[in-house]
Amino acid sequence: MTALLLELNALVLGLFIISTIAMTVTRQIGACMQIFIVQSLLLAASAFLLGAAPFSWHLFALGCVTVASKAVIIPWLLRRLVPGEIDRRRELSQAIDVPTTLLIALGLTFAGYAFAQHLVHAADNLSPGNISMGFAALLVGLLLLAVRIEAVPQLLGLLAMENAAFLAGIAIAPDFPLIAELAIAFDVPLLAFIVALLARIAYRSMGTTQVGGLASLKERQ
Amino acid sequence: MTLLAIPVIALAAALWCAIPRSARAAPAVTLGAAVVAFALSTQVLWALRFGATLAPARGWVETDALGAFLLVLIAFVYMTAALYSWGYLNAEGTTARRVRLYHANFNLFAFSMFCIPLVSELGLVWIFVELTTLLSVLLVSYALTPEAVEAAWKYMILTLLGATTAVLGVLVLFWALHTTGSTDFTWAGLRAAAPHMPQALLGAAFVLLLVGYGAKIGLVPLHTWLPDAHSQAPSPVCAMLSGIETSAVLYVLLRLRNVFAGDPALHVGTWFALAGLISVGVAALLIVQARDYKRLFAFSTVEHMGIMLTAASILTPFGDTATLWQMLAHAVTKSFCFYAAGIAVIVTGSREIADVRGLLGISRVASAGLLVGGLAIGGAPPMAVFPSELAIVRAALQAHGYAVASLLVLFIVVAFFGVMWHVTSMLAGPPVTSARHRVPVTCALALAVAAIPVFVLGLWIPSGLSQALESAAKVLGT
Repeated sequence: MTALLLELNALVLGLFIISTIAMTVTRQIGACMQIFIVQSLLLAASAFLLGAAPFSWHLFALGCVTVASKAVIIPWLLRRLVPGEIDRRRELSQAIDVPTTLLIALGLTFAGYAFAQHLVHAADNLSPGNISMGFAALLVGLLLLAVRIEAVPQLLGLLAMENAAFLAGIAIAPDFPLIAELAIAFDVPLLAFIVALLARIAYRSMGTTQVGGLASLKERQ
Repeated sequence: MTLLAIPVIALAAALWCAIPRSARAAPAVTLGAAVVAFALSTQVLWALRFGATLAPARGWVETDALGAFLLVLIAFVYMTAALYSWGYLNAEGTTARRVRLYHANFNLFAFSMFCIPLVSELGLVWIFVELTTLLSVLLVSYALTPEAVEAAWKYMILTLLGATTAVLGVLVLFWALHTTGSTDFTWAGLRAAAPHMPQALLGAAFVLLLVGYGAKIGLVPLHTWLPDAHSQAPSPVCAMLSGIETSAVLYVLLRLRNVFAGDPALHVGTWFALAGLISVGVAALLIVQARDYKRLFAFSTVEHMGIMLTAASILTPFGDTATLWQMLAHAVTKSFCFYAAGIAVIVTGSREIADVRGLLGISRVASAGLLVGGLAIGGAPPMAVFPSELAIVRAALQAHGYAVASLLVLFIVVAFFGVMWHVTSMLAGPPVTSARHRVPVTCALALAVAAIPVFVLGLWIPSGLSQALESAAKVLGT
């Protein structure tokens, strides 16, 4: 891999973790989804850069499928199934306030980075930065899932975690069997479809998609 | 071809049920598909009972005695649940469209479970495990009540969170395999390469996979989705979720144990025993304080998963046989329990234990079902769970795991008395209500069919099944 490609990839990785943190503190669902699209495009960009020299058609295929499924199909599906959520609602409800969330996100970024250092030196890999940023973004994605109350941002949190896992994955398993990669990629739109459908059912039966606040099912004393 | 026909039949039934105006025939088509799938699965297990392998596409689609054993369990519960669903949905008084969509989704769910033991490439295994969640979420929310939606949402988020953790584990494991120069990402390939993998990667993969798949099998503290989903889902769906979906994912963990157990520094047995015993202990206490009888049986599933994980921690051939024996007993008994609970809901209209009194005077079928189910799942002789739990305790004692055996016995006894205390309180006393509905014929029939192995396997294991169990345990090969 050339030095230029490595530097460009480092830039992409920096933007990837910034976009993940931005998703946790963005107060509008529409903006949150736009940032998710950017995050997915950054994942694809990293796959293209790592797959450029030496050429890896596995990584190019993964990059293309990521763009198609996460930057095109999923946003389209969400706009079709829960249009009111994305276009009309403005402010998001959040379990923890924004400054605290930001502080926790920064702490998790360092924790993920530190954990990954333990693995990075264990064996050869394409890009240690991908592994570190992948683990860091995975933990930040988990935070996003925990602090959001509405259905769509929770879904975006799950998908952000999956992007993070694949950001690490392209550096540690660049020749992961293609059939599994493709199947995983097609699994993601199905996931978005089911979640959006359930969000729609929730809205119809409860008049809200604030699924994070649901707590009627527990052992009564 | 027989092997591939099993999931294809379930998929074809799903597609047929998805066609508009198929509602009237959907229950019969589903039942027909399930009966054929059960017959074919039994044929596959019979063919592989001495330890051979069937590989329609080596490296991708192949199975052995262990996979075939799981296939039969899935097919049996799929068959009885299909029979049960027929009358259950009628009793619920739903629309033709919803009946059709239920059956389409139900068959798709069965399809995803059949694929787990049929594929040998770990990436594909992960995909089908995730599909079991995606294809069952809408079955859990079937009632469309706020509580059902809440249960489905919690089920989905927690298990998909586990799946995302597990996918990173799969990728790290592939990385570890790659360092050995091998690209054979199958069960056999991983096992052969495991001794040469870097320990740091193997350890990270183990933790990620145990946590990820642990969420799906309901290990404490990742079990919270289980009682919610089981209290709200239709009873035949509970039978599938509890009886075989959890076991199918446990099967994946058992196969993975083989890969990790080769490295003594990982202490796989210790981690399995710890996770298993915590689950059994917490579940036993949750059983005692349960207020809803469907949740009660769900807690019992957490207990059983813990028992099986503890049995798998013994790491001896007899321990492995006992683990699979328990998996078999759990599948048939837990599905029976949920059928009985579903009948009790139909006749009383309540899931609250406190609301149901004098059930003996309301419905004999529901009473007999709950009584037998409670005794059987608690581990009373002469039913299927008793010899399997006894075998696990014996295996632990043989391996000098006296603390493990003692704790297991203690927790099992607490859980047994917890279950029976609740069940007997529902049966005794004067009836508080009259039967709301008659018990649907197919529900009673499904209960009777499910009861056969519950009783028979407690007294006698057919020689073919016994051979298959031994061959399946040899695949685990400790």
